[in-house]
Amino acid sequence: MIRLVRPYLTHPLVAVGGAVTLLWLVLALFAPLLAPFDPLKTILPLARPLTPAPGGGTLWLGTDMLGRDILSRLIYGARTVVLYSTLATLSAYAVGIALGLSAGYLRGRVDAALSFLANVVLSFPVLVLYIVIIVVIGASPLNIILAVVFSSAPAIFRIVRALTIDIATRDFVQVARTQGEGSLRIMLVDILPNATGPLAVDFCLRLGYTAITIGTLGFLGLGLPPPTPDWGTMVNEGKAMAIAFPHLVIFPCIAISSLMLGLSLLADGLKELSEAKGRGA
Amino acid sequence: MPLILFILRKAGQALATMLAVSLLVFLALEVNVDDVAVKVLGQFSTAEQRAAWLEANGYNAPFLWRYFDWLVSFVSGDWGMSTYYRAPITDLIPDRLAATAWLALGALSLIVPFGLGLGVLAGMRPGSLTDRVVSVLSVVTTSIPDFASAVFLSIVFVFWLGLLPGASTMIGGFSLKELVLPVLVLALYSTGYLARITRASMAEVMATPYIRTARLKGASLPRIVFRHALRNALITPITVILLQVPWLLSGVIVVEVFYAYKGFGTLLYEAAINSDIYLIEACAMVSVLVVVTTQILSDLAYGLLNPRVNLLGAPKPAKGDAA
Repeated sequence: MIRLVRPYLTHPLVAVGGAVTLLWLVLALFAPLLAPFDPLKTILPLARPLTPAPGGGTLWLGTDMLGRDILSRLIYGARTVVLYSTLATLSAYAVGIALGLSAGYLRGRVDAALSFLANVVLSFPVLVLYIVIIVVIGASPLNIILAVVFSSAPAIFRIVRALTIDIATRDFVQVARTQGEGSLRIMLVDILPNATGPLAVDFCLRLGYTAITIGTLGFLGLGLPPPTPDWGTMVNEGKAMAIAFPHLVIFPCIAISSLMLGLSLLADGLKELSEAKGRGA
Repeated sequence: MPLILFILRKAGQALATMLAVSLLVFLALEVNVDDVAVKVLGQFSTAEQRAAWLEANGYNAPFLWRYFDWLVSFVSGDWGMSTYYRAPITDLIPDRLAATAWLALGALSLIVPFGLGLGVLAGMRPGSLTDRVVSVLSVVTTSIPDFASAVFLSIVFVFWLGLLPGASTMIGGFSLKELVLPVLVLALYSTGYLARITRASMAEVMATPYIRTARLKGASLPRIVFRHALRNALITPITVILLQVPWLLSGVIVVEVFYAYKGFGTLLYEAAINSDIYLIEACAMVSVLVVVTTQILSDLAYGLLNPRVNLLGAPKPAKGDAA
């Protein structure tokens, strides 16, 4: 076990990226314990960072125009981001893997139809697609997840399909077929586990991009309805006063950038490691 | 004439995509007639008004009939009226597209030289200090969302240094100074991304046997790079530049909204915020047209630059699959 995990822990990119990601994960999980204040409570409007709070304690990152503690909102916002990005990305993966495996293994008409559909969806600029979907079905947590699934699943479908076509030509798949294994079993037991390496790299990046998308929708005022603490919405609410009170917007921007940076580094590191393994090093 | 055939085939695929997109968009926005009436006439219209309006505008016809009707008028240039701007949509879009084209051109004029240049410098000597610095910079710039880089750059240039205006409304006519920040924000992500792609491509070429031969022959590094490596290393990055256009189109929405710039992105955004469905339909179709066109150009560029690719070659397995 230790020998299996060790190359991951000692790889600098994986270690740094993983640590940053883990930090946000811990903050999200234990938000009620770690946040110094209630994220929805009015304390003191527009306090600058490091102002002492009237009831004791320090407003480390200041407060917003409704007097809510920004640090606490960031920590609770991590919950929103982590929860919805993970749920949405996992759902998109479920759909993309199911369709990609079927298209890549069965080929023929199923493949042609699914590939055409994927091309159609992918010819929308991402944000245009999100905006159209959100306008049609409205902004709610469930709808944001649906929008992410609809727009990300085609890209995942393409990756899984290409990997499946490649893996299906290997000997062990032929052997499984001659042994009389059913298509479903071959897809799930023989093909999918051999595709996990590239998919893990893509998952890290896509998780980050989903977080960015949820943030961007929040920034555009199309995200989760208030008062849910959400990083993008915090920037949207603060941007009108950003020149006089930069702390309103700068901290949520640092939060989302650091999360994405952590995930990019993690993805890069995992890719380097799997390439090194592929070379037999 | 394989080239003409290639273009025709790609154009046919693009047309099929556009048709499917139009059906999808129409389905999403106009399948529910009552919603359409509410969105066009407003929340406070009466049920009779809505019914009369639906009757007068042919909304009682079957769905497919309405779709074909819409498609015919769309193709013939009748895009309907914007309910928010109270103007024909065909009058609104060209000016906004032109304004956005300036932004995109400005961004591309930064992305291409810096992305390619830094990528080549880094990939020339993999593992060198330049390589490390460029790699770190490109990971950082590709990790910052557009709205966050807009915030960071505005705080530095508007708040701390006071050098640039924080809004780009262009109220007093065209102003180059107001274009700087939106262009910088738009360019930041794609420059990092292009540098990354170019670096990877360059590093791969530098490890090939023919480059090693040139090295053993005693050719100088500049000669190896310019005479031998670049023409193979730049094939992928050049197609990637064209494929960045759809990405720029997404970035444009955020950047234009942030800086209140009157372009195509704010038009689409305002259409969305105000449920202006005809305008959303038109904007969605225009943006998909832009994407499809750049995809054709990118395929064409790839085929022309890479002599190993036969544009009409039937067995083309992996290309386009490994997205």
